[in-house]
Amino acid sequence: MSFLAGTNMTGGYGAADILHDCTIAVDKGEIAVIVGPNGAGKSTAMKAVFGMLKLRQGSVTLDGRDITNLTPQDRVQSGMGFVPQTNNVFVNMSVEENLEMGAYIRDDDFSGTMDRVFDLFPILKEKRSQPAGQLSGGQRQQVAVGRALMTQPKVLMLDEPTAGVSPIVMDELFDNILEIAALGIAILMVEQNARQALNIADKGYVLVQGANRYTDTGEALMANPEVRKTFLGG
Amino acid sequence: MTDILNALVLLSNFVLIPALSYGSQLALGALGVTLIYAVLRFSNFAHGDMMALGTMATIMITWGLHAMGVSFGPLPTALLALPFGILIAMAVALVTDRAVYRFYRKQRSAPVVFVMASVGVMFMYNAITRIFIGTGDQRFADGERFVLKVNEFKELTGLDQGLAIRTSQLITVVVMVAVVAFVFWFLQKTRTGKAMRAYSDNEDLALLSGINPDRVVRITWILAAALATIAGVLYGLDKSFRPFVYFQLLLPIFASAIVGGIGQPLGAIAGGFIVAFSEVMVTYAWKGFITLIVPADMAPEGLVQLLGTDYKFAVSFIILVVVLLVRPTGIFKGRVI
Repeated sequence: MSFLAGTNMTGGYGAADILHDCTIAVDKGEIAVIVGPNGAGKSTAMKAVFGMLKLRQGSVTLDGRDITNLTPQDRVQSGMGFVPQTNNVFVNMSVEENLEMGAYIRDDDFSGTMDRVFDLFPILKEKRSQPAGQLSGGQRQQVAVGRALMTQPKVLMLDEPTAGVSPIVMDELFDNILEIAALGIAILMVEQNARQALNIADKGYVLVQGANRYTDTGEALMANPEVRKTFLGG
Repeated sequence: MTDILNALVLLSNFVLIPALSYGSQLALGALGVTLIYAVLRFSNFAHGDMMALGTMATIMITWGLHAMGVSFGPLPTALLALPFGILIAMAVALVTDRAVYRFYRKQRSAPVVFVMASVGVMFMYNAITRIFIGTGDQRFADGERFVLKVNEFKELTGLDQGLAIRTSQLITVVVMVAVVAFVFWFLQKTRTGKAMRAYSDNEDLALLSGINPDRVVRITWILAAALATIAGVLYGLDKSFRPFVYFQLLLPIFASAIVGGIGQPLGAIAGGFIVAFSEVMVTYAWKGFITLIVPADMAPEGLVQLLGTDYKFAVSFIILVVVLLVRPTGIFKGRVI
């Protein structure tokens, strides 16, 4: 059993199901990447794992505990961090305040965690008193990830962290994600840049129409000629 | 030279000081409106009547204190009653939120539905105020009337023009500065204040960060009710209390909030002073001032008053329309209504 696992998830927003018997799992220190064509239900699968979508069937477990019926807020309390794709920072608040708000549920001293976030993203330390809305796209993503790290999550979920950033910034962000995984945090992310994401992934899930099509290690998926031809552009 | 000094004194007496205290009152009112808009995302039309209700409560407690023979020396007794008036207004605001607005929040209603609900609440507050205190004029200022009298000023400076500062004007400005400083400190430095800003900034992310929305909403109403009562009592001390006048204050208050940029606390303050100064300057008869600063043969014959005081609300209206047409986000880039 993986540390975090969404097993046989079926469900959608309205009457029609988007996910069909979909299974996603990730272990501590691992990076799992969900890829697939547009409309494959990648983000939906992620939201289902985070409790933002009602499941008709299937279950979600964290560290062996069934969390299927927990609200997203309760999942944050039990050690899951989520970085939405858009609107993922408080634009009118300073970088430091963004991180403070990330730690809102913590009653203990979180200055150590903040220092670690600043170690991970040195540029944020420099810009700590600037409003997050004035930062570049990549720096904003760093703030968003930093905010989610402030609760000291055991699982970090990222919805397209590299959407809309330049290739150089994308590489930096992937490096950051590797560093975070090295801390022993389980990372589950949805990515449009499938090729680069699978390169750093321990596990890859290729979804098509809300169902698992291929599941393997990132390396194996990259090597699979069918996956290459269909999803990675040859 | 003395003419210019005289002119400046005249201007201070009739424009600067009255506009400063009126602006402070508007600023406090607009601050409440803007906070509600920032957090609850609707224009609270009941704010003027919340001011009236809180002021009414304060006046009644003031009367009670008078009956018990309590007074506050040179200061108005109403200042002693104010904290109790604020508590009553807070209770009313929280009950209203629970009985009215919470329902629409659960329904995730459109902002315009909230606005219409607030119009209903406005009529209710309106009626409650009138049932208790009637529709008439109430003067409840007591204690020393002036800090600086015209005669004293003339003797002190030897100028022809006099300058008077009323106690209520001084109190208004001092209280405004203290209250605004507190609100800004609260919003910028405290955990709860930051949570309020976070909720206003990005509701979904605030929920994701574990911020309790019910608590944020409660704190916002508490702040808004306190601000409304303070603004209302200061206005009443400065002029007089009449429920209908408070209802009318809604227009300059909204104009202030929108000029400054609705949802921006700093904008509410700036807006309050812009509206107050415009209103006072446009309705002021400039004849005396101009006569003092131009050569004698150029003195104007008419009053040089741009608009009669009866039309002072037109000023707020014009400001409102111009801002919405030219720069809908206001000076400090608030939200667009």
